[in-house]
Amino acid sequence: MTDLTSMTIAEAKAGLANKSFTSLELTDAHLAAMEAARSLNAFVLETPDQARAMARAIDARIAKGEGGPLAGIPLGIKDLFATKGVRTTACSKILGNFVPPYESTVTSQLWRDGAVMLGKLNNDEFAMGSSNETSCFGPVVNPWRREGSNTTLVPGGSSGGSASAVAALLCMGATATDTGGSIRQPAAFTATVGVKPTYGRCSRWGIVAFASSLDQAGPMARTVRDSAILMRSMAGHDPKDTTSVDIGVPDYEAAIGKSVKGMKIGIPREYRLDGMPTEIEKLWSEGAAWLKAAGADLVEVSLPHTKYALPAYYIVAPAEASSNLARYDGVRYGLRVPGRSIGELYENTRAEGFGDEVRRRVMIGTYVLSAGYYDAYYLRAQKVRTLIKKDFEDCFAKGISAILTPATPSAAFGVGEKGGADPVEMYLNDIFTVTVNMAGLPGIAVPAGKDAQGLPLGLQLIGRPFDEETLFSLGEVVEQAAGRFTPQRWW
Amino acid sequence: MSVDASTVRRIAHLARIAVTEAEVPHLQGELNAMLAFVEQLSEVNVDGVEPMTSVTPMEMKKRADVVNDGEIPDDIVRNAPETQNRFFLVPKVVE
Repeated sequence: MTDLTSMTIAEAKAGLANKSFTSLELTDAHLAAMEAARSLNAFVLETPDQARAMARAIDARIAKGEGGPLAGIPLGIKDLFATKGVRTTACSKILGNFVPPYESTVTSQLWRDGAVMLGKLNNDEFAMGSSNETSCFGPVVNPWRREGSNTTLVPGGSSGGSASAVAALLCMGATATDTGGSIRQPAAFTATVGVKPTYGRCSRWGIVAFASSLDQAGPMARTVRDSAILMRSMAGHDPKDTTSVDIGVPDYEAAIGKSVKGMKIGIPREYRLDGMPTEIEKLWSEGAAWLKAAGADLVEVSLPHTKYALPAYYIVAPAEASSNLARYDGVRYGLRVPGRSIGELYENTRAEGFGDEVRRRVMIGTYVLSAGYYDAYYLRAQKVRTLIKKDFEDCFAKGISAILTPATPSAAFGVGEKGGADPVEMYLNDIFTVTVNMAGLPGIAVPAGKDAQGLPLGLQLIGRPFDEETLFSLGEVVEQAAGRFTPQRWW
Repeated sequence: MSVDASTVRRIAHLARIAVTEAEVPHLQGELNAMLAFVEQLSEVNVDGVEPMTSVTPMEMKKRADVVNDGEIPDDIVRNAPETQNRFFLVPKVVE
């Protein structure tokens, strides 16, 4: 059954359409792969019965010629998306055995289009992390290893389960979310394609909230084309999310193969960091050369406030998180730890239910919003955010179509290697991705090469608001030039 | 700016998270590491800059003021740790 799991979504769609195999066969192949890969800890809940029932139902629809754009395609769902009747935990102890009586808008659109759910994927607790080590279900293992080594590496985070499962051929694609880099950084660590859409492109309704002005759902897949196929089903206006934008969803797949001739691509000088590994620098210039060979014009640009994006993010995101996570009180759902008073009940429940990283961020968020500190921290950070967004606007106003940067400052690292003594060490992972969230822009991470130890590295393309199509066109140029990368199976 | 031990206790209380005395020094160190990191924002000139309130320029949408959902009390309380007759139960609040 290896053949069935190594196909792309585009290939599987063709195979299902010409009756080479059924969705049930495709689904069973993936369920078997998941079972054989439990050591990766990518799934926190497998839903084989539901998967088979969905596959049988869609097979019946396909037989009648009804299908849908994702008919019969088995997907994994990040455990941040509420799935009706299926446990949803955000990988936090505080949600316990929460079983939503409703379905998130994004996943409901996937099922509308005929996709099959294989199960729920691991992530950092409440999506707070860059290595998937903060999950209450334990870390996810990256299917990639350094050449000649069996050191366990992280898949990145927070969408580590999504990245690992897609890379290890456990699902054909996955949903993910990105608040500061949580789709693009794990994509780069696992040689998968990850798309963070423009803020407002995908509905946030039914997704466990982390930082509402930054959170966006997006797809992870093995090719740029597959991510475009998924994106079309995930995107769209939703009256239930007031920040969801009411504009049409283009056929993203049609952007694949479109000429990039004459496009002006910005190379931001502020992304050239001191002490950046030469491999990353080499990858970046290679990417620029590929785009140039395809007819694009490379232009050096300046985004002067780049270095302030990460510190501003670590005020804005925890502030919003402290407010969003106030709902976990041990009363309406999830964990409850008794106390003598209601105040004690809250304090005990939240002490027991939140992990270290979440507690840290809720506390710093509480502090920067508290009386006397609001202006110095929160208000200033929101002003800096305006400046960060303006940097991009100035750049796009000069005719720049997209910006090319590295996706991460390094390849995947070992479990337990980072952030032990100083949380900021871990935060630096998102240095190239976080600006995009702060400015609400779309970004894509595409596999582009390997480091000296054989680990994948990715490039990021940043686009104009609601112009994901250009990112798919450019991303495909990178993919064609770089080729695809698959980990050697050892699990 | 940095926080002292009593500020850590005050933040923990504001955040409604029980923190033991033994945890305070460790948390203080972590919070101060984060505050030291964000300190660099003070070098940015933000004179006359509007704070961001919406990342995508858009008109605030308003829903029609009508009842369009409801009659699902069992769904509402289904996940609650303690309920009685479709009410959430909490420790006694009013004597």
